Amino acid sequence: MADTLERVKGIVADRLGVEESEVTKEATFKDDLGADSLDVVELVMELEDEFDLEISDEEAEKISTVADVVNYIEAQQ
Amino acid sequence: MNLSLEGRTYVVMGVANKRSIAWGIAQSLAKAGARLVFTYAGERLEKNVRKLADSLDRDDSIVLPCDISDDEAIHTAFRQIKEEVGVIHGLAHCIAFAKTEELDGDYMNATRDGFLLAHNISSYSLTGVAKAVHELGLMAEGGSIVTMTYLGGEKVVKNYNVMGVAKASLDASVRYLANDLGKESIRVNAISAGPIRTLAAKGIGGFNDVLKEIEEKAPLKKATTQEEVGDTALFLMSDLSRGITGEIIHVDGGFNTIGMM
Repeated sequence: MADTLERVKGIVADRLGVEESEVTKEATFKDDLGADSLDVVELVMELEDEFDLEISDEEAEKISTVADVVNYIEAQQ
Repeated sequence: MNLSLEGRTYVVMGVANKRSIAWGIAQSLAKAGARLVFTYAGERLEKNVRKLADSLDRDDSIVLPCDISDDEAIHTAFRQIKEEVGVIHGLAHCIAFAKTEELDGDYMNATRDGFLLAHNISSYSLTGVAKAVHELGLMAEGGSIVTMTYLGGEKVVKNYNVMGVAKASLDASVRYLANDLGKESIRVNAISAGPIRTLAAKGIGGFNDVLKEIEEKAPLKKATTQEEVGDTALFLMSDLSRGITGEIIHVDGGFNTIGMM
């Protein structure tokens, strides 16, 4: 869990240009981290590459917080 | 026969990020020694494009905005390009847009606005740009314009919908523009690339399934890469392709040739 969270934090911070400290588990991509819809798509693609998994359109729509991403990745592995 | 693009300048329109087909083209052209001018759409992409341009192994690249939905903005951008580089030898147009909600389900659900928007950005923009280049006398004799199209403009591809209809319009524009600009020895061609995992492609419903189908059915049994498209664009930009215009070249592992299997 810790490892996944750290890797996700790194990707999110880099992609959205925010500090890693802002990327908490509770943070929402749109409201807290200022991601627009294109950012979210780019983020999904980065995560798919980093974790070698596929995030379907339906799943991607459900993702709102950093914890959602971490939980999804953990469930896939 | 000169196989180098050393001393030549090419405009690449439509880089959004490192996965963009436009970026694949830029890399192939840069490897062949070309100087590049990048245009981007909207402020949010400027940082991405500048970062990528800076990563090239040369320091004379130019990056500037160009809103292709506005004829005056196109003229302003290309006037600026003319002032900076004088003449260009080719242009890669890698621009398309449709509303995400119209890239899923039935084509019929397209709205009039969505239809016009897709055609405006994805098809007319090529004509608008070609016109500006012509009016400014910007393109050197023997110059080459390359745009990106897709099979969805020739055949029905699930979820591609209004973008397919816009690509059909783009394909026809390629032929008409090739005829117009042939008088000036300028060539116009399109590359019909197999699906590539780009930001734009991810907006199409069920895109991951499309990739799987290509890997199974295409004669080459693999998805198309950015590099493959980049190298075909390099060919179309070079003198090697000097006898080709008004053509659509499929870079899709042969997928378009397959019927019932």
